[in-house]
Amino acid sequence: MPEYQNIFTRVQIRGPLHHGVPLPTGPWQREGKPIFSYLLGQIGNAQVGPVYLGSLGLASLIAGFIAFEIIGLNMWASVGWNPILFVRDLPWLALEPPSPAYGLHIPPLNQGGWWLMAGFFLTSSLILWFLRVHRRATQLGLGTHTAWAFASAIWLYLCLGFIRPILMGAWGEAPPFGIFPHLDWTVAFSLRAGNLYYDPFHMLSIVFLYGSVLLFAMHAATILAVSRFGGDKEVEQTVDRGTAAERAALFWRWTMGFNATMESIHRWAWWFAVLTPLTGGIGILLTGTVVDDWFLWGVKHGIVPHYAAMYGHIANPAKTQGGQ
Amino acid sequence: MLKLNSIPGLALLAAFAMCILVVLTFQRPPVDVIATGGPGLGMQTLYNPAQVNKALGMNQPPAMLPAINAGPMAGTVYKNVQVLKNISTGAFTRLMVSMTDWVAPQQGCGYCHVAGNFASDAKYTKVVARRMLQMTIAVNTTYTDHVGSVGVTCYTCHRGNNVPSKVWFTGVTPGSAPGLAEVDMGKNLPAASVDDSALPSDPDTPFLLNQDKIRISGNTALPDGTNPASIKNTEWTYALMMSYAQALGVSCEYCHDSRSFNSWSESTPQRVKAFYAEAMLRDLNNSYMVPLTTLFPVTLRGPQGDVAKIDCATCHQGVYKPLFGAKMASQFPALEGVSMQQAAPKPIVKPAMAAPKPGGSTP
Repeated sequence: MPEYQNIFTRVQIRGPLHHGVPLPTGPWQREGKPIFSYLLGQIGNAQVGPVYLGSLGLASLIAGFIAFEIIGLNMWASVGWNPILFVRDLPWLALEPPSPAYGLHIPPLNQGGWWLMAGFFLTSSLILWFLRVHRRATQLGLGTHTAWAFASAIWLYLCLGFIRPILMGAWGEAPPFGIFPHLDWTVAFSLRAGNLYYDPFHMLSIVFLYGSVLLFAMHAATILAVSRFGGDKEVEQTVDRGTAAERAALFWRWTMGFNATMESIHRWAWWFAVLTPLTGGIGILLTGTVVDDWFLWGVKHGIVPHYAAMYGHIANPAKTQGGQ
Repeated sequence: MLKLNSIPGLALLAAFAMCILVVLTFQRPPVDVIATGGPGLGMQTLYNPAQVNKALGMNQPPAMLPAINAGPMAGTVYKNVQVLKNISTGAFTRLMVSMTDWVAPQQGCGYCHVAGNFASDAKYTKVVARRMLQMTIAVNTTYTDHVGSVGVTCYTCHRGNNVPSKVWFTGVTPGSAPGLAEVDMGKNLPAASVDDSALPSDPDTPFLLNQDKIRISGNTALPDGTNPASIKNTEWTYALMMSYAQALGVSCEYCHDSRSFNSWSESTPQRVKAFYAEAMLRDLNNSYMVPLTTLFPVTLRGPQGDVAKIDCATCHQGVYKPLFGAKMASQFPALEGVSMQQAAPKPIVKPAMAAPKPGGSTP
């Protein structure tokens, strides 16, 4: 009997290599000769390939490549085309959005124009990839849950880099493309908004994010724990509960009085994952548009706890002295 | 035999790489935690004892000459004394010798004075030194809301160097590059001035030389149109704050409760001190440093041809109080403006002489 009490997968199924179900007739076929990989078999299916590229996949990759090149070449130019500095400083480099002074106009290429173009191609790439995932699922007769979960992530991306900048009237409100710079931007966003932690939709997003992690751990642990009784056959056990499903359910009822089912746990997981960027995006869109300072908003609505002053009254010196 | 092309082999390699990363990146414990706020707020400044000991060693006041206060007024004995004319020749000589130790210990009197004619203003360094004396006195007399009773001396910044080691120059103007590519945005490169972050590398020019608005927070919960600060503005302010923290060897919590950086009632008294420093630094840079620009040889100026300027690090040098609060200035009453008639600063005229070599050795 396969033993699942291990960090890595202990079972590698190696039947004959197969190409999957036949495709409808069309210009695209699956690409590549499938192979077996021992190492990939340790973490997933040992068979690698074939890949279905398709027109949407190809268009998405081309758009993504253009965005990647625009960002990468501008980064490389910013270190004077020095290859060593490019590698060493890569986490610091970025393609910066235009100055807020340009508003929603198109700036010169070297002052945010490239950023606008990279954003267009990256967004196109993501949306084309969404359509590809949707179409692949439909062609296999699946539900389109994966595509819509991906759409939720695209929603947050668009809120940050497209919808909110338009509402605020400046591309300069959007994040830069760069590793450290986009993190600095995130801090600056919260600083400007008077602490995003007091934004209720940011709170919800954190709840769903951490909740996703918790659900993931609970579900994965439960299934691994009952796999010795066939619990890894989750779909069959949804309608035909075997001893694995019964034991898993009993375990959680004993532990916390209530249990999800083999079906509902996946709905929990899907909604928590999808609601993370969905609520986060709403929190972003409210910031600066209808709420200027979330800390003061929290004070106004009684959600900010009061702490005794440690140093007596500290006044704003600008009130009496002028200054900034 | 452990094969590297196996899961345990790969795991071992990854563990080894992570160990190297940890050893090279992280500080060795212990860490001392100093609470700067009330219980439950998590306002803490972290200190590593090894680094504190190193800073303590590097930030001690030098040995000082015994005080002398004898002899007639310096202005009646020496020619061309403009700032220190109302102190005794004893105090005057002691200060001159001390200044030599603080600023030009290698070159001696000749760094500023013409041998045989100490009254001459032929060397630019003497003209600069006079203006710096006036600046020191101004700091100690008009900016006591920042320097308190501790005050500053030449040594606070110079530490035995002709030019203080922590000065700053104006960086590139963001977006000024002529080419097709987006370069020179004033940020997005590792910058020592902002703790090696990718933040704007020159936050001093807009805020400590020019009058750009530092505050980015509004005073109302909802937008009322009075606070136009953008996220980019915020990044510049954020960079300025990082330079403050780095200059003082502290974290945000030294001045702020991070749950509301804006709120004064949630801040510590140190934030008020820093507020006064901002006004002081703008004045020192604009009234004292910038007018000296053309006196300095090009080699001592910045890439944009600007003069070396002052920010927090110039005095603080990584410590929350310069020289850990040693009261040096009180040993030199003249620097605190005692028995001083504040003469209006004269216009500065560049003396006709050859530019000294880098490092300050004058012919």
